[in-house]
Amino acid sequence: MPLPYSEIVMEHFRHPRNVGQIENADAKSVEGSPACGDMVAVYLKVDPESQRIADIKFESYGCASNIATGSIITELAKGKTLEEAKSITWKRAADALGGLPPIKTHCSVLAVDGLRAAIQNYEERHGLVKERVPTTVAVVRKRLKRVMNPMAGLDLVRTKLVEEIEVAEGKVRVVIDLPADHQFAANIHEEITEKIEPLWDVEQVVVEFTE
Amino acid sequence: MFENVVYFDNGAATRLDERVLEAMKPYFFDLYAVATSQFGYSLGVDARDALDDARAQIAAALGASPEEFVFTSGSTESSNLALKGVALALGEEKGRHIITSPIEDFPVLYSARALEKQGFRVTDVRVDDTGRVDLDHLRESITPGTILVSIQAANQEIGTLQDVTAIGTICREKGVLFHTDATHSFPRVPLDVREVPVDLVTISAHTIHGPKGIGGLYVREGPALSKAGGTPIRKWMDGGFQEFGLRPGVENIPGAVGFARAVELITPEETARLQGMRDRLIERLLEIPHTRLNGHPVQRLPQNGNVSFRFVEGEALLLHLDMRGFAVSTGSACFSRSLEASHVMLGIGGDHERAHGSVRFTLGRFNEEEDVGAVVEAVADVVAELRRISPLGKE
Repeated sequence: MPLPYSEIVMEHFRHPRNVGQIENADAKSVEGSPACGDMVAVYLKVDPESQRIADIKFESYGCASNIATGSIITELAKGKTLEEAKSITWKRAADALGGLPPIKTHCSVLAVDGLRAAIQNYEERHGLVKERVPTTVAVVRKRLKRVMNPMAGLDLVRTKLVEEIEVAEGKVRVVIDLPADHQFAANIHEEITEKIEPLWDVEQVVVEFTE
Repeated sequence: MFENVVYFDNGAATRLDERVLEAMKPYFFDLYAVATSQFGYSLGVDARDALDDARAQIAAALGASPEEFVFTSGSTESSNLALKGVALALGEEKGRHIITSPIEDFPVLYSARALEKQGFRVTDVRVDDTGRVDLDHLRESITPGTILVSIQAANQEIGTLQDVTAIGTICREKGVLFHTDATHSFPRVPLDVREVPVDLVTISAHTIHGPKGIGGLYVREGPALSKAGGTPIRKWMDGGFQEFGLRPGVENIPGAVGFARAVELITPEETARLQGMRDRLIERLLEIPHTRLNGHPVQRLPQNGNVSFRFVEGEALLLHLDMRGFAVSTGSACFSRSLEASHVMLGIGGDHERAHGSVRFTLGRFNEEEDVGAVVEAVADVVAELRRISPLGKE
């Protein structure tokens, strides 16, 4: 088949593992929304003694990469401790899938975010979260590392597209080194807003382009 | 390898009809010369005759004269030529305002955006939720500085037909040129320039089982640069004096001959057959729960069906259908090259969700009646499977 997906991706897309909901789940997350495209729900059952993920299920309202990544992260996370599962990166999921086309990274990152958010949800529910950190340039930069550059399949920070970050009084300003009419400008704009806006002390996100 | 594919993406490209290829063949191997003037060598004169015949035939299908029809490389070039050519001709003397719709195909959409950067003002005329242009808003939007209205005859995704006669009449009353992109309607939906007040029409061969790389632009009374009283449009490619001086370059004679033959092969009977299939397709797709039709229920292309399935994403659906041997298209962002949801779906007031699960089926000559039943069955199956794994729509 002349598709840009590996056989493993196609296999997981066709027969996704661990699909569905967990009744009385210990934690749950929903990343993305129907309004902005793909959406992933992750459900966790955690063994309180060992802090290991006893069961994990996912649901996807998304494209092939999103479904396949959701499937693979459930396999990677099952049986792991929360700390181990937290460190599962998009890169590891993509490698386990035999690679993903660069342009498809944004759909698949969502599934990895879903896993992290579910773990965070568990930690919040069980009083395992540390103090709220105020948003700084470093915090924003860290978040931008989760926004993919669809041309490269790597994040915006690593591909040096982030020209400037400014944080002042609830307003975050990000300058991206691309022309405003670039093929992916609208997509990148939306993804940045989605990642930065939920920060507890951020009121406004402004994304600017260099030309 | 692809012989078992049931192809429902004829809005993107069509299979060439063998009869078109047969008509083209001599112009590759025997009459391959450039079209020379009547004083040239015989090979070139014969090539010229073939080009003239093709031009006359296509022009006639529009109710136009041969000197009103210019060959181009396809609809992208035609629409670029129409918008930028008129802007070049009238931008200085008449004004710098253009009106278009938010659901135009990319050549018009991005030509307008390019002109905006050059200081032109572009107004998007309102469309309703079926994609039909608000005629009152159009009338109100025309100002003394308006030089061109560019509104498509039929939409590429949702198939909605515009009332080009009403639009043209308004433009004529106000003394503004009217361009329409008829790539998807010509010649299945008749457009006769003797009845419709239109000045420029974009058409293409690739949507009608003709070759890719050939299209054309109807220019009322011909371009003004070659004829007094013609349409003010300026060339923006420099070279020879082909195509009435408007479009230089060695003529694509095999393409022109193929285009003319393709036009000839489209019959009202065939179009009626496709429309019947379309109606059955839409009716059966809408039997799938949580499904809605996109576009106008009646004023729509005879070969276009477009529906949105809630709770599922289009690219996933498309891939599953591909594995089962069906080719369709979707307005989902995941499928687009810019990762943006279809501007048409958003332009008619749809949200991302509606675009996300939208699927376009475009029929063509080589689709059979039984393909309709087969694709509906496959779609129903895949939608059910994707809904099973979706976090939405469980209640």
